[in-house]
Formats: sequence, structure tokens, C-alpha cells
Amino acid sequence: MTTLTPIQMEAVIRKLTALADDEIILAHRDGEWTGHAPILEEDIALANIAQDELGHATLYLDLRRSLDNSDADRLAFFRGADEYTNVRLVELPKGDWAFTMLRQFLFDAYEALWLSAAQNSNYVPLAEVAAKAVREEKFHLQHTALWVERLALGTEESRLRTQNALNELWPHVAQLFAPLPGEADLVAVGILPELEKVRASWESFVLPHLTEKCDLLLPMVPAQASEGRDMHTEHLAPLLAEMQSVARQHVNAEVW
Amino acid sequence: MTASHVTPEQVWTALAAVPDPEIPVVSVTDMGMVRDVTVDGGHVTVTFTPTFSGCPALHVIRDSIGEAVRALGVEDVEVRSTLTPPWTTDWIQEGARERLRQYGIAPPAPAAASPLISLDPDPTRCPRCGSLNVRMTASFGPTLCKRLYVCDSCREPFEGFKSV
Repeated sequence: MTTLTPIQMEAVIRKLTALADDEIILAHRDGEWTGHAPILEEDIALANIAQDELGHATLYLDLRRSLDNSDADRLAFFRGADEYTNVRLVELPKGDWAFTMLRQFLFDAYEALWLSAAQNSNYVPLAEVAAKAVREEKFHLQHTALWVERLALGTEESRLRTQNALNELWPHVAQLFAPLPGEADLVAVGILPELEKVRASWESFVLPHLTEKCDLLLPMVPAQASEGRDMHTEHLAPLLAEMQSVARQHVNAEVW
Repeated sequence: MTASHVTPEQVWTALAAVPDPEIPVVSVTDMGMVRDVTVDGGHVTVTFTPTFSGCPALHVIRDSIGEAVRALGVEDVEVRSTLTPPWTTDWIQEGARERLRQYGIAPPAPAAASPLISLDPDPTRCPRCGSLNVRMTASFGPTLCKRLYVCDSCREPFEGFKSV
């Protein structure tokens, strides 16, 4: 099935944009380590990961363009914080290395499992994108899972920093699994995966890694995200100001 | 030669000479990126599948494909990309695997055999001495498609193609 009703199309566009926004903002935070990562290999690794995430954003925004003829560059570089629909998890400042690796691990696992489920979408263009992107996520997940383990079981200090990162990030995780307006209708007709099911598989993958393998303590936090993707922390606007500065100074530039 | 005389075989031959911009010892057809060529009168359509979605060389590859076909005297060239089926390193031609190895890049292990979501890296053989006694030193390399290794038998560092 690839014919969408106008209401479905609106909801699909909203979802594609949210998926792309998560990737763009996280890629920017990862990119902030370029030239600053603890060792050269990790500088390169994080740049690779950021590049992949931007590639996935491009796939989503290409899909959106096929529906509403929108321009990916305009969406990325000329929307303000009030229009971005990324989760708050990805916009938090980059923090230390433990924070960066743990955030990426939590997100990679979510992304890999969401994409894995989305391969079964009966909206064929989305199923195709998911089948493509999921192959790349495997490498992120291998890498960040190993880093979380290494840091959690490393020195007293690395363990403390990893636990602190988990305490800070955990309250933001629930928002990854909060459906957007209209999303339930798309799930009902088989266009999108059910987030509760993705969450269950995410928990069965992530929780044993954090607690059994890495011996970290799960913080006690409320189970549900309170506000939607239109509510951001104070950290998003400065991120966008930096990310968009060149595009906004050279509005008519054609080649990036 | 006029455009109407171009055959799909001629287009394939021309594309076999288009190098991968990041690994010039292999061509876009060696890599299995060209999925289909159709010739309809003077209109040539080439369908290719991107390797990694964030690969910065994709637009170069797209332009090179168009140029290679135009060099045959064809004016009306369309270069399409498709995501289905997704590109896999299993499509890299046998000869190209050997050229990768000689170039110092370990060719990818069969992707079909490994699960998509796994925390264990694929087995890799040193391209220089053939030993499996190798260590991955970085899971990401200078391009999206490669990782970095060191061989504990011959002590050489080398790049390995990811298996996807």
C-alpha cells in the first residue's frame, strides 16, 4: 500500500520530520567532538557516526520531499527551535565522553530496533529506507555498546561519570517512545511500527547491557514523557544558531 | 556513433571504467552499485544503488555515471538511484575482492551469513599475510565503508571493508 489519504500524509510528514530532526541534532552534537575526542580513532569514529545519521536524515527528508515537495536544506537550516521536533535527549549539550557514548548507545539501540520494525511497513518507501539504514546502525551499536561497557567497568572515575550520565539521560528516554499526533492511526493501518513494541524490544536489549553487563544502576524516574516534541530545553536554540549560521548568512548559496 | 546505436552492453562496458572515487582500484560495476541499464531509443537510464547513505562520494558517483554515458555520444541520460534491494558487500565482484586485497584493504566477509543486529564484529583476514590473527583497532575508518585493523602475525596495520 503506498497511497496515503490526506490525513495520513500529514501524519507521515510529521513523523518523517521528527525522525530526521532527531538525526540532524544528534549528528551536530557528535560533530562537536571533531578535533576534541579523547583519541584520534574516536574522533574519526564519531565523525563517521554523525555522517551516517545525517545520511539517514537525508533519506527521511527525501521521502518527505516526494510527498510535499519540500526542500531538505530549507528544513534543516531555516527552521527555528520552535519548529524543530527532535526529542530533548539529542539536544542536551555534549557533556563528557561517557555522556556522549551513553546517549549514542541509548539512541542507537532505539534507532536500530525502530528501523528493524519499520522494515515491515506496508508504506513501501519507508520500508525501503528502513532496510537501508538498519544495516548502518549495527556498526554504531557495536561501537557504543562496547564503550559503555568499557567506561562502566573501567576506573572509579569512568564508572562514576557513566553512572552520572545515565542518571541525567534516563528521564529523557521515555520521549523516544511517545507517539506523535496521528501516529496511532498510521500504526493501525501498518504504516508505522508500534512504539510500545519497539520499547519492549529496546528494554530487553538495553537493560541487561546496562545492569548485568555494565553493573550500572537504573535511576528511578517517572515512566512517561510529559511534554511533546515541540517543547525544547534551552540548549536547542544555541545549537541551531551555530549549525545554521553559514546558511543564514549566505541565503542564496547553492553549493554547500 | 549516434545515440541510437548505443547498446546496453556498451553502457555497461563504459560504466566498468568508472572508478569508485574513494577506492580507485575498483569500479562502480565492480562494487555492484549499478543495478540496471536500459536503452530506449536515444534515452539511456542507469539505475544505481547507493552504498552507505551518508557517503559523501555519492554525488560524485552519480555525476561520473552520467558523464561516462554521455562520453558514448548519448545526450539523454537519466541516472536514478534505488534503495531496493539495499546494497550489500556480497555484490562486490570476485575480481574486485582480489584487487581490494592487493591494495591493502581486507575484503568484506559474507554479509548474508551474519545477523543484522549483532554486537560481535565479523572475522577478518590480514590482506598481506592471510592470517586471521588480527585485531580491530578502530571500528570506523577514514571512510564510512572501512574499519582499521592490525595483524598480530605480520604486524602490519590495514583497513578492512565492513560487511553489510
